[in-house]
Amino acid sequence: MLTISNLQASIGSKEILKGINLEVKPGEVHAIMGPNGSGKSTLASVLAGREDYDVTGGSVLFEGKDLLEMAPENRAAEGIFLAFQYPVEIPGVSTTNFLKTAMNEIRKYRGQDPLDAVQFLKLMKEKMKLVNIDQSLLSRSLNEGFSGGEKKRNEIFQMAMLEPKLAILDETDSGLDIDALRIVAEGVNQLRSPERATIVVTHYQRLLDYIVPDYVHVLYKGRIVKSGPKELAFELEEKGYDWIKAEVETV
Amino acid sequence: MNNQPHNDLKSRLLADFRTSEERMNGASKSALHQIRREALNQFDRLGFPTVKHEEWKYTNVNSLIKEVFEFNAPSAITLEDLAQLESSQLNGNVLYFVNGQYQPQLSKIVSPADQLSITTLAEAVKNTPDLLNQYFAKYADFQDNAFTALNTAFASEGVVIHVPAHTTVEAPTILRFISDARQMNVASQPRNLFIVDQNAEVKVAESFRTLGDQASFTNVVTEIVVAEDARMEYYKIQNESDMAYHIGTTQVYQQDRSHFYSATVTLDGGFIRNNLNIALDGSNCEAHMYGLYFPNGRQHIDNHTLVDHRKPNSHSNELYKGILEDRSTGVFNGKIFVRQDAQKTNAYQSCKNVVLSNDATMNTKPQLEIFADDVKCSHGTTTGKLNEEALFYLQSRGIPKTEAQSLLMFAFAEDVIKKIKIDPLREQLERRIQAKLAR
Repeated sequence: MLTISNLQASIGSKEILKGINLEVKPGEVHAIMGPNGSGKSTLASVLAGREDYDVTGGSVLFEGKDLLEMAPENRAAEGIFLAFQYPVEIPGVSTTNFLKTAMNEIRKYRGQDPLDAVQFLKLMKEKMKLVNIDQSLLSRSLNEGFSGGEKKRNEIFQMAMLEPKLAILDETDSGLDIDALRIVAEGVNQLRSPERATIVVTHYQRLLDYIVPDYVHVLYKGRIVKSGPKELAFELEEKGYDWIKAEVETV
Repeated sequence: MNNQPHNDLKSRLLADFRTSEERMNGASKSALHQIRREALNQFDRLGFPTVKHEEWKYTNVNSLIKEVFEFNAPSAITLEDLAQLESSQLNGNVLYFVNGQYQPQLSKIVSPADQLSITTLAEAVKNTPDLLNQYFAKYADFQDNAFTALNTAFASEGVVIHVPAHTTVEAPTILRFISDARQMNVASQPRNLFIVDQNAEVKVAESFRTLGDQASFTNVVTEIVVAEDARMEYYKIQNESDMAYHIGTTQVYQQDRSHFYSATVTLDGGFIRNNLNIALDGSNCEAHMYGLYFPNGRQHIDNHTLVDHRKPNSHSNELYKGILEDRSTGVFNGKIFVRQDAQKTNAYQSCKNVVLSNDATMNTKPQLEIFADDVKCSHGTTTGKLNEEALFYLQSRGIPKTEAQSLLMFAFAEDVIKKIKIDPLREQLERRIQAKLAR
């Protein structure tokens, strides 16, 4: 589904990703872990198409298509979803209104008819239950004055609505208490299916108790320095990142 | 009579005045005409302002005074012509003026006469001279403003509205001023007077439109008196052509416990200067001012506002927003004056701008002059580009960049537009903003 080969990216003159290789197949959940500043969020942003980063080398294929050539909106229409670490507050635009626009733009891209108001509302009601989000929140300006937990739940709600093929969760656990974390994780798990894949970017192992990954990758200084099964996450939790750093430095 | 060719607007206007005076017979002795004559002399002394004048620093009227206009030109406007303008359908009083001339055949007045006295200025001169003597030119100062002096000197047509005490007028009133510039350069100088008596309530909108591609010049003055406990909603809506010049002054005088609520929305117009001056000459008054301007191309839109807190315990609140595209320019100059007597004043002012092009310019100048010591005043202006983070967020959900921009800009504008309480007017503006954003 997703093939990242030797991906390099920089911001200004600062090189952040120094050759990432990663293969994600349908149905899989990959966790990307690593210390602060290792490039985790950069990787998520580059995949979603944020313009602040310059891709200086390598390639990313998504279902055989060159992802790096696509505008962010086309990546979304192709089935990529980024749950933001810091969802933006957008005054004057309600979640409902914005999601309806987004869904119908994606449907247009795919050659489907737009959803009418009734179909949209029905779908919305169904997905609201999934993340336990309130109607009143969705009528308000997008993320404006939302608590940290509400913002993250809103991200997962949007994900549920858009049903992406590949979801990238960027530090979705940051700023969440345990209850909010559980709700968010449940939402993500209910969307797991053999056709869909998820990349979970996180600093802590905590989220992986709820969203159990198939693979764990450790990102350090812009490279994936270690990959392994889910147990690798426990090891990291127990021993921290220093042993990995030491391993890398000795090589 | 002077037969010399007059090669500038000022000398042509001075000559026009003398010509019209000669045709007046006895009317030239009236009190009203004495005011006109005084105003003309003042206009003669002041002349048109130059950019050296602090109030006109960013708004250069040079190209305006080089144009030649036909004042109060006849127009063969038809209903089909009006249909092109796609005006909102309002359930209320609608008065049409074309090139400054009242069009009774296009107008309708639905409010009963005992609720709302609504006449043209020309009729008021004949029928209610006492009312005019009491209010006309008593508020809009022509000593310092050449355009107000000019308007006063030539004041002959416009609308006089009088809402009697303790009367709530439900039906909104809209005054539609159309410049028919299809055949030639045209000019008009509407002069309006609204008096909302004690504990009365009324909603009035002024709309300015252009037909045709020739130049037009509108120099409008509106005087508004909101008496004790009275409430007024006032909207000024401008959708004029790129060849339109518009200079306007709305002068508001508020008495104790009165409410004045206004929105000034300028979606199009070549060269626009709006002055909104509010004198809070009473305590426990409220004044709300909202504004939106959306210039593109080479349009120039200047909003000057002045709030003069003269008495204690009043509240003023102002929010102006601008979206600037292409090579357009905008000006916001907001002055708040709190006099020594005006203790416990609350005055807020905010001006927010989004500049969408590197070639567009916005000049903002908030001015607070406070002479009382127990007041709450704040002001703030921001001018920036579109929020890139928000844009990326919307794009990452599948919304194409141009759509995402429109969505964000519409939300920005809607903050002001939603303040308009006359539904068909607001809805029509929303459609126009959507259309302008989609261009």
